[in-house]
Amino acid sequence: MAGTWVFVEQKDGNIRKVTFEMLSELKKGGDEVSAVVFGKGVEGLAPELAKFGADKVYVADDAIFASYNTGAFVAQMAAMIKEFSPNALLFAHSFNGRDMASRLAQKLDAGLATDAVAADISAGKGIFTRSIYAGKALAKVEVTGSPVLATIRPGVWEVGSTAGAGAVVKAAVAATAGDVYQVEKSFAATVSARPDLAEAAVVVSGGRGCKGPDGIKLVEQLADLLGAAVGGSRASIDSGWLGHELQVGQTGKVVLPNLYVACGISGAIQHLAGMSSSKFIAAINTDTEAPIFNVSDFGVVSDLFKVIPILVSELKK
Amino acid sequence: MKVIVCVKQTFDTEAKIELKDGKISDAGINLIINPYDEVAVEGAIQLKEKGVATEIVVITAGSDKGMDAIRTALAMGADRGILVKQDTGADEYARAVALAAAIKAENPELVLAGHVAADDGSSQVPTRIAEILGFPHVNVITNIDIAGGKATCTTEADGGTAVIEVAIPAVVSSQVSWNEPRYPSMKGIMQAKKKPVATVDAVAVDNKIKIVEVSLPAAKTAGIKIEDDADVCATKLADWMKNTVKVEVK
Ligand SMILES: Cc1cc2nc3c(=O)[nH]c(=O)nc-3n(C[C@H](O)[C@H](O)[C@H](O)COP(=O)(O)OP(=O)(O)OC[C@H]3O[C@@H](n4cnc5c(N)ncnc54)[C@H](O)[C@@H]3O)c2cc1C
Repeated sequence: MAGTWVFVEQKDGNIRKVTFEMLSELKKGGDEVSAVVFGKGVEGLAPELAKFGADKVYVADDAIFASYNTGAFVAQMAAMIKEFSPNALLFAHSFNGRDMASRLAQKLDAGLATDAVAADISAGKGIFTRSIYAGKALAKVEVTGSPVLATIRPGVWEVGSTAGAGAVVKAAVAATAGDVYQVEKSFAATVSARPDLAEAAVVVSGGRGCKGPDGIKLVEQLADLLGAAVGGSRASIDSGWLGHELQVGQTGKVVLPNLYVACGISGAIQHLAGMSSSKFIAAINTDTEAPIFNVSDFGVVSDLFKVIPILVSELKK
Repeated sequence: MKVIVCVKQTFDTEAKIELKDGKISDAGINLIINPYDEVAVEGAIQLKEKGVATEIVVITAGSDKGMDAIRTALAMGADRGILVKQDTGADEYARAVALAAAIKAENPELVLAGHVAADDGSSQVPTRIAEILGFPHVNVITNIDIAGGKATCTTEADGGTAVIEVAIPAVVSSQVSWNEPRYPSMKGIMQAKKKPVATVDAVAVDNKIKIVEVSLPAAKTAGIKIEDDADVCATKLADWMKNTVKVEVK
């Protein structure tokens, strides 16, 4: 048996942080930890993966993997599982990760625990804690059968510093053109100088209380001072003040930053679903009864238009 | 073009979750059609209004309670329904196998579903159905165009917006920002009562997931709350950010 595998999320050679989180967490256990990377010209990523704990780095290098496509990636992974028999395989709970993991699981007639926030993997057994009902309950589930498959929520684990040997294992290319079923006609990257919402250490969010673009500008100013990502409630997204990709909550993104600052957000249950697991929560709201204060570590009952400018100058001191 | 829409009856998103005998209690809970599925139903109806779809069949797997989700979709404008009777404890694998078998018998050109259910949050079933049927799948779509045997979908990918093209028949899963689902009209509700709903038994397969334990997260306790002039509030908040959170200021 070949230990636990982590599927590497990367785009154009940039590895997503969640990959390092998974490698680091697994490295704490005794089993062999391997990173599995598919792409074109990706062998050079091995040292970076080793740095965060990969004992081995399986590489499938071919033009067919140049950009993510579910069909070819699933075919390749299924062939490699057959050849190397890993005990468990973890994916990021991301757009591509969950697509690939679900399709692979079905191809293998296997179970899959998605959006896990904790894992206990040993001796070929995998028990995962999943957040259900938008975080209002937790389910501990066992994935029976082999390999054990799961997708892990970004941000639940910390990036560590224990390195692995990073020995490269080149895998034979098993995917063929016939496996590819999706054609990406275009990709418009969200252009932002700010960190990715799902991975940011600090998130500053604005809600309906921002009243318009001027209020959002204050939120952005605070965010930039803290090197934070900007987020929003559905009210501010629906009003068109922020892009839809910035919605935090049940139908938006789930964020797990060290600090979440809610500005002019009431704290509706669907919003809390996306941010209540943040390590520290601060809230600025004029309504002392606002439910956001039930989850905040530090709340100020005040007007954000007055508080944020002073806060910014105080922080700069 | 025949379109199938997979729907699921879920708890209202406002519902307070409580446990009874180690399981999530549904006592007194208002049930709704999963909001993501509701968007898929609306998407199908819009395709029919454009003359692209000819028939809309809604399908659900589970207990008789799912009938309400079917009736809601029929009242919105779907043509007929299928209830696949299945144990409520079926996991994503068993659900997908049961749904795929019933869908296959219908031979559709497009299968729509919400990309995730508001209750279990699994986001697996549509993808698994696609794999069983050997169809392409496009996830988290916010728009679709059908032409020349192809579905061109706008999706919310990681880090941006992608336009993805696949051949039909295909499975496509919706994001809530795709559309604004209509409320069923009085006429729609009356008509829905007369629309046919078939009941079939699920293919029997074993689960691949075992639930070990269900629990409620530790309640978050409210922290400090300051009610004072804006400058006092701001200064204290800045101190807390610097000293307790230890933020880095750029
Ligand atoms: C199925 C479903 C899914 C949903 N998904 C999401 C989701 O993913 N994310 C999400 O956010 N919502 C979601 N919602 C919507 C949610 O229910 C709320 O409507 C929304 O979160 C409210 O946004 P808000 O807090 O910005 O606005 P409001 O609730 O209107 O709150 C605005 C707040 O600003 C405060 N305020 C006003 N002026 C000031 C000022 N000058 N200074 C400081 N504070 C001020 C007010 O006191 C108030 O508390 C969903 C709803 C449903 C039904």
